[in-house]
Amino acid sequence: MGWLSRSYLALVYLLLYVPIVVLVVFSFNDSRTGYNWGGLSLRWYESLFNNHAMVQAMWNSLWLALTAATVSTLIGALTALALHRYRFRGKRVLNGMLFVVMMSPEIVLAISLLGLFLLLGLKLGYVSLLLAHVTFCLPFVVITVMARLAGFDERLPEAARDLGASDFTMTRTVLIPVIMPALMAGWLLGFTLSMDDVVVSTFVSGPSYEILPLRIYSMVRVGLKPEVNALGTLLLVFSLVMLMVSQWILSRSKQ
Amino acid sequence: MMQSIKQQPFRAAVLVLVWGWLLFLVLAPNILVVGASVMTRDPSTFISLPLNFDAYRQLFNPLYLDVFLHSLYMAVMTTLICLLIGYPFAWALSRVEKRRQMLLIFLLIVPFWTNSLVRTYALKLILATNGLLNSALMSLGVIDEPAQLLYTEGAVIVGLVYLLLPFMILPLYSVFEDLRQDVLLASHDLGAGRFATFKNVIVPLTLPGVLAGVMLVLLPAMGLFFVPDILGGSRNLLVGNVIKNQFLDARNWPFGAAASIVLTLTMALLMFAHRLSKRRLGEEGA
Repeated sequence: MGWLSRSYLALVYLLLYVPIVVLVVFSFNDSRTGYNWGGLSLRWYESLFNNHAMVQAMWNSLWLALTAATVSTLIGALTALALHRYRFRGKRVLNGMLFVVMMSPEIVLAISLLGLFLLLGLKLGYVSLLLAHVTFCLPFVVITVMARLAGFDERLPEAARDLGASDFTMTRTVLIPVIMPALMAGWLLGFTLSMDDVVVSTFVSGPSYEILPLRIYSMVRVGLKPEVNALGTLLLVFSLVMLMVSQWILSRSKQ
Repeated sequence: MMQSIKQQPFRAAVLVLVWGWLLFLVLAPNILVVGASVMTRDPSTFISLPLNFDAYRQLFNPLYLDVFLHSLYMAVMTTLICLLIGYPFAWALSRVEKRRQMLLIFLLIVPFWTNSLVRTYALKLILATNGLLNSALMSLGVIDEPAQLLYTEGAVIVGLVYLLLPFMILPLYSVFEDLRQDVLLASHDLGAGRFATFKNVIVPLTLPGVLAGVMLVLLPAMGLFFVPDILGGSRNLLVGNVIKNQFLDARNWPFGAAASIVLTLTMALLMFAHRLSKRRLGEEGA
């Protein structure tokens, strides 16, 4: 590999990471204006944690992401198992619908769900957010689990059945342990997608349940808010840890 | 049917749950949007009868047509820039030794796992009038006064490229990974030059990856309304901003629904092209 392609790779990575580095560095900046360096300080972290609405939004977001990831992992795993093992009518349609959810622009999903919730008279808040987040996380869990099942020895479930295990017992004792790493990776991905979502949440959340991305959104639309640097840094560290855990789980399961 | 429910209660339960979720939260809402697009705006119930195509006609109102065309222009520019940066990048990446490759891909998806709103905001720190880029350019003597970088069309495109580049690179990387070295050698042995090999072998073989990348970049580039909100000011709107305003502020559901159907149709067209390119490749390969 020549020096040209090496330096090209390096340049693109540099461009991808410069904004993130700037954000992290500025989160420790004492200056109020946010452009020039005013010395090292933790004041923005302090003001972040003294902001009640912000802390509440953080907890709301964590709870939402936790529950959305769990529900979507459960349903997604069952969907993947059904697609993998059962023959049923409309299998292609089901596959197609999942693909469409994954590919369609978030805003299309957002308005369609808003329409549904208002038609049903559902109050916008935690429940509407949960239903929406589970829906957009679902296809990602399904493909993660399907990928795992694709490389799986088909004789194992057959052997379990021959030994007299029922469908449910076989799933519990043979299939679940096999797809466990994919379930964990899918859960982490769902958690992160939920924590990060702005587009869908803008439409389906109400004043009763404020979540972090929307709180940030209302802060950054006008001017610069140094607290956002601190919050962004915390979120960055958080997702980095999540990503490393997920990679570790997946790589360990391959060995 | 009754028989099979008795025989396999687990199977039946799984299928009912999965189908129920998708029919209720994917199919029904989408039918609703199609329905809303041909209805009449109503201040109290959002939509009402009679059925008509007024919302679609309104899309061709010069005011909105301008916004749509401008949004499409920015999305196409974003996609082209992502392709120009991403294609050689994915190629180079696929030729890095395997152990390093894993680390490099990890570094590529870290931003994907990081809050996109926060990353867009970070660009604002750099592009602002007294931000880092202007200070750097001024201290280097390139410019004398700070240039207006923020709240321009360019800022929106930069923001979109920054957020969407990994979505172009990953599908391209996967087709370059599948590109076998012996195919390239064969082309060389048959006397093809570098350019001829690129044009006749590499481009057709990587086309499905290009189209997948285009699909993953072009559509979000029309929908991510928070990018212009943070970087673009009021003159550089995306289709996503129009849809959002129509639904949440102007309360004109039929029009918002019609605009979103335009996005969906664009998606369908791109998916069709992607399928076609894959099928053609399959036939030629066989």
